[in-house]
Amino acid sequence: MKFKGTDNYVATQDLMLAVNAAIALKRPLLVKGEPGTGKTMLAEEVADALGLPLLQWHIKSTTKAQQGLYEYDAVSRLRDSQMADVDSSERVKDINNYILKGVLWQAFTADQPVALLIDEIDKADIEFPNDLLRELDRMEFYCYETRQLIKAKNRPLVFITSNNEKELPDAFLRRCFFHYIKFPDADTMRHIVAVHFPNIKQELLSVAMKTFFDIRNLPGLKKKPSTSELIDWLKLLVAEDIPLEALQTADDKVAIPPLVGALLKNEQDVTLFEKLVFMQSRNR
Amino acid sequence: MLIDFFYTLRAAKLPVSVKEYLTLLEALQAQVVGPGSDACSLDDFYVLSRLILVKDEKHYDKFDRAFGAYFKGVEMLTDFTQEVPLDWLEKILQKELTPEQKERHEGGNKWIGTGGTSPFGNGGYNPQGIRIGGKGGNRSAVKVWDQRSYRDYDDTQELGTRNIKVALRRLRRFAREGSAEELDLDGTIHKTAANAGFLDILMRPERHNNVKVLLLMDVGGTMDDHIARVEELFSAAKAEFKHLEFYYFHNCVYDFMWRNNKRRYAEKFETWDIIRKYNKDYKLIFIGDATMSPYEIVQPGGSVEYNNEEAGAEWLQRLIHAFPKFAWINPEPQGVWEYRQSIAIIQQIVSHRMYPLTLKGLEEAMRMLSK
Repeated sequence: MKFKGTDNYVATQDLMLAVNAAIALKRPLLVKGEPGTGKTMLAEEVADALGLPLLQWHIKSTTKAQQGLYEYDAVSRLRDSQMADVDSSERVKDINNYILKGVLWQAFTADQPVALLIDEIDKADIEFPNDLLRELDRMEFYCYETRQLIKAKNRPLVFITSNNEKELPDAFLRRCFFHYIKFPDADTMRHIVAVHFPNIKQELLSVAMKTFFDIRNLPGLKKKPSTSELIDWLKLLVAEDIPLEALQTADDKVAIPPLVGALLKNEQDVTLFEKLVFMQSRNR
Repeated sequence: MLIDFFYTLRAAKLPVSVKEYLTLLEALQAQVVGPGSDACSLDDFYVLSRLILVKDEKHYDKFDRAFGAYFKGVEMLTDFTQEVPLDWLEKILQKELTPEQKERHEGGNKWIGTGGTSPFGNGGYNPQGIRIGGKGGNRSAVKVWDQRSYRDYDDTQELGTRNIKVALRRLRRFAREGSAEELDLDGTIHKTAANAGFLDILMRPERHNNVKVLLLMDVGGTMDDHIARVEELFSAAKAEFKHLEFYYFHNCVYDFMWRNNKRRYAEKFETWDIIRKYNKDYKLIFIGDATMSPYEIVQPGGSVEYNNEEAGAEWLQRLIHAFPKFAWINPEPQGVWEYRQSIAIIQQIVSHRMYPLTLKGLEEAMRMLSK
């Protein structure tokens, strides 16, 4: 099994190597990067390219590690035992009927190898990664209610994404491979855009890309626009059929590009940008 | 195998463990890179070893330097986290190279020019070429790890707003306060059991971040050099904390402060009032370069702006007495602290809780404050 990028996801050389190493050694791959550089998409695309079913586990601040393993639904068992009719009184006797399998359980017991995405692990409680150490290292866990050991038939290919909001514990990191998705350079970006908009007009694209990188390089922006914002903006430009002239005035005067709201998501940033444009046009 | 490499990384203060080293060997044995696979260049080994050994992008820069040093055959025993300024190298090279070459030269194999095979100059083919500035054609002079493109992520470097926000987030404390609106399931079950099975519902307040911060900022004078960074810190702090109170002072704290720099003389807030207004829960953070004349701190009447009745040191003492959780964040680089007498005095007053305005310094400060 080797990952070589897909038709709609541009993977750089080092990213491909990272994925292939994770596949070869069956270790979880921790992916970090600026928001909007395609961390979550990576898991989807790799699963797609390798033909593996993808199980997803999206982490929130309230998520507990146990929920990924299994949950014991005591409330419905109680209800079944109270309102005993014929089927439910049979059901009640077997505790297995009330164990809700979590994502990890499903991934471990699947008959074919699967890919597993643990999305935004940094959103969870500080103890969360520590609670998953053994599960990710040995790929097994113990279910106390049924007294059985759940062991992975095939080690799943695990992707973990993080936005760096919390630092992850060292013990956890030692069990993972780590890859930082760098913000793509202009060449890679052109590839990415070509993948998403095969029919975009070349002049429009080059002007739009220049505007995009100019905006990214503005000092003092609170949230720099990222790849996904560029794609959204281009989508809007194409959908609205904005003419090339709107992006680029004849005498090369600086103007506020149309639909800039797709790139700048913060009103302070927009004000700063307008101010800079105004100052520049006055200086000419 | 690769034992020296491992120790080179340890010497560069990278937190690599034996387990990770063994994993790297395992990967090599599994032919992830190497002759058995289609990835067999040194670049691929670089990516693989970084993938396995480094677990945080803030260490990438250190790793790049250590990797470069090791594969240049330099045994790394000294601390190369120090930087060699580029112009030193340029000067030395110019000295070495100038005497014989008198005019522009192209091609050939000895002298500087473009397109030749000599190790110096642009766009040539010498594998160990040196390039000073300019852009290379064959990517052999400056290797991937020598580009040091992760320099910004090194945590001893200065920081952008997002990094600051993440650092400040350490201070978040969740507590249940206010009106009860969430069902406390465990409590309800407990109460119901105690109530012999009759339902007794228990509610509790939702969790909120209730950290309270009192920010005192130095403005004007020597702080003008640090405006951009302090602004970043301030905007990040405003987004992160619900209870953020801020006041300005100039150089040192005296008997009044202000909240609006335009109306600083019209709208004064007595320091005594500030001390009384906020309770002990507030965490006190000073931001200032602590760079001034020592008289401004220790002498009554020492202020540069007016005749203060009590010395700044007195006021500082009072403030840190009133708010036991405090820290001083100093935007001056830590290296110059020991040469400034006033910084030493302030350090003493704040019992050495002074931290530089870098990601690491900020994290340390926040960790100290949240203890």
